[in-house]
Amino acid sequence: MKKVHASAKDALAGVLRDGMTIMAGGFGLCGIPGVLIEAVRDSGVKDLTVISNNAGIDGVGLGMLLETRQIRKMISSYVGENKTFAQQFLAGELELEFNPQGTLAERIRAGGAGIPAFFTKTGVGTLIAEGKEVREFDGHEYVMERGLFADLALVHAWKGDTEGNLVYRKTARNFNPMMASAATVTVAQVEHLVEPGEIDPDHIITPGIFVKRIVHVPNVEKRIEQRTVRPKTAA
Amino acid sequence: MAWTRDQMAARAAKELRDGFYVNLGIGIPTLVSNYIPEGMSVQLQSENGMLGMGPFPYEGEEDPDLINAGKQTITQLPMTSYFSSADSFAMIRGGHIDLSILGAMQVAQNGDLANWMIPGKMVKGMGGAMDLVAGVKKVVVVMEHVAKGKDGSEQPKLLKACDLPLTGTRVVDLVITDLGVFSIDREGDGGMTLIELASGVTEEEIRAKTEADYKVALA
Repeated sequence: MKKVHASAKDALAGVLRDGMTIMAGGFGLCGIPGVLIEAVRDSGVKDLTVISNNAGIDGVGLGMLLETRQIRKMISSYVGENKTFAQQFLAGELELEFNPQGTLAERIRAGGAGIPAFFTKTGVGTLIAEGKEVREFDGHEYVMERGLFADLALVHAWKGDTEGNLVYRKTARNFNPMMASAATVTVAQVEHLVEPGEIDPDHIITPGIFVKRIVHVPNVEKRIEQRTVRPKTAA
Repeated sequence: MAWTRDQMAARAAKELRDGFYVNLGIGIPTLVSNYIPEGMSVQLQSENGMLGMGPFPYEGEEDPDLINAGKQTITQLPMTSYFSSADSFAMIRGGHIDLSILGAMQVAQNGDLANWMIPGKMVKGMGGAMDLVAGVKKVVVVMEHVAKGKDGSEQPKLLKACDLPLTGTRVVDLVITDLGVFSIDREGDGGMTLIELASGVTEEEIRAKTEADYKVALA
């Protein structure tokens, strides 16, 4: 079975449909599957529920799908500096479910591991716990959160082999490994595509079993959201 | 004379101990990294998946794959490790992080914290704040003592009870404002205690700008 596809469009062929749930990796613009998101946009699929920590920025990352109004609902922890998002949300055109970031990460991890629900201290006594079961363990209260599983996960990796084994780079890892495990179909865009054996098996973060399709994206554009530097002081 | 942002950060840095793993929030808390005492080993955690956060890069050395939770470009250090968001919050939720320093809109005398939403305004989200206050061993809030309105009016932020939606209940251990420092007995019923005054600030000024009930035990 061949996992490598020639283009993002090919890699998504046959899996996109209106109303589906899609997970997209990334934190801010770091480690986002931008080429795959662009292919989702070009497909015209709509009424999407998208699970992603952020919603990109205007016109970049998931911001692309907001501009084309292909997203019906977002499940996120922080929607930050995104005017399109704010406009659509305030106009009632976009549904939004806020999850604490750690709860979101764990819901995805649990979903991928076949765990339907778990208890966490995060959010007890806040709006987040409303309508959810609260149970006491060892004298402390915990709120029940459900695992998340999507129809499709889009992830970005630094390096992948043709079997779908993935390695991430620095903080571009973030939500990508959990999402890779938590969907019926996972498609990975990789900056470097190599043959099996070229990645040290001890260094593989996402084993290929989680990845159904791969597309090579050499020289992908990676944007910086907040460029912060320090001056070079003379010695 | 109230404390400046840097003086508040320097005061917060006194809560650091050798060997601590620390998460710093956005704004004044970020400045705390400038006041880590020399010779003290403190590792900064960034909840997007990094332990051992280094300073901003030199111009031209920015790496889009290396950012902090505020999406700012940063650098790595020899002891740096990278991990997924699930591992990151396992550290946070599992009680492995020693200290969280973050900002606040309101703090109540029982340790309740509100810092993520104002109803009716565009809400950006809580990010990792709810997880941090629920799981980190010690939570320090650094904030202005009062909220200043556009008309120059001042609203107290240290309250008997928060009226904004909560980030966590009974989670704050220490509050550092531009006027002084308060400890909170969040586990017991000891309430809030004023333990330090900023240079040149009087107890009377603090009393006038604080709604919460508190005891005074100045060192």
